[in-house]
Amino acid sequence: MDTFLLSKIEVGSHLYINFSESLHLHGETVIVSSLVVLVLSLFLVLGTRDLKKIPGTLQNFLEVVYELVKSIALTQMGPSYYSQFLPFVATIFLFVLGSNLSGALIPWKLIEIPSGELAAPTNDINTTACLAILTSIAYFSAGFKIKGIGYFARYIKPAPFFLPINIVEDFTKPLSLNFRLFGNVVADELTVTVICSLVPLIIPLPIMMLGLFASSLQALIFATLAAAYIGEVIE
Amino acid sequence: MVDSIVSAASVIAAAIAVGFAGLGPGIGQGNAAGQAVEGIARQPEAEGKIRGTLLLSLAFMESLTIYGLVVALSVLFANPFVG
Repeated sequence: MDTFLLSKIEVGSHLYINFSESLHLHGETVIVSSLVVLVLSLFLVLGTRDLKKIPGTLQNFLEVVYELVKSIALTQMGPSYYSQFLPFVATIFLFVLGSNLSGALIPWKLIEIPSGELAAPTNDINTTACLAILTSIAYFSAGFKIKGIGYFARYIKPAPFFLPINIVEDFTKPLSLNFRLFGNVVADELTVTVICSLVPLIIPLPIMMLGLFASSLQALIFATLAAAYIGEVIE
Repeated sequence: MVDSIVSAASVIAAAIAVGFAGLGPGIGQGNAAGQAVEGIARQPEAEGKIRGTLLLSLAFMESLTIYGLVVALSVLFANPFVG
């Protein structure tokens, strides 16, 4: 029956790349995420290398993607500021989408590595934490860039006694972004794995479809929230 | 002996965490979907917009359940109280 399983539950085992006693990388996450970045960049460069008035298939597809991320940024940040932060939102969206789909669409189990298992980079909490902290840095720097020192006035609005709540909010925003993405990806993989180990044929397919849908939706939500947080501080 | 009690308590805690985390968002999602259907019935031409908003807000509610799941998973697989 093991031959049927294209993935299995492995918790806490990673392919460690050690640099020193305390510094090590999770090899499988680094490998898959660099692969995702490589494929995405290749795709984007090939699609936009020679732009035509009448677009071909690839350029057409990329135009749809551009319209989507532009509409996310535009609705959250307004017409005067969105273009500055569009690259950030688009990068987050494409990377999360690529990572989530890579975990679901590529049968990583066929590739053997010494320990751990190749999977979606977003089911490692370090990746999602990194994305969430990047979002934090982005909205802090956006606030400073556009409002200057007046950015701190945000903390005592609408009244001075809201100060602790506003400070706590700065920590809960990245935390919730982090857990939302991580939990959704892990929950999806766990459900598929558990159902695969009960009934390996046909039955898991609808769950896998649901997982594909949910992971694309999570990419959309992560990008929307990042844009909304930036939009909130610069409005 | 202490470890086995902790493990048993962790399993029960995980079950309770997932169960109760599913309760509230379930009710909320039901409400939201019901209201959306009502809105579509009243104004069928706004269906696309309603569907988009509904999916986005459903995913937000879903994330509350996911928080419970993350707690359950960390209690089961990365328990800070064992060993």
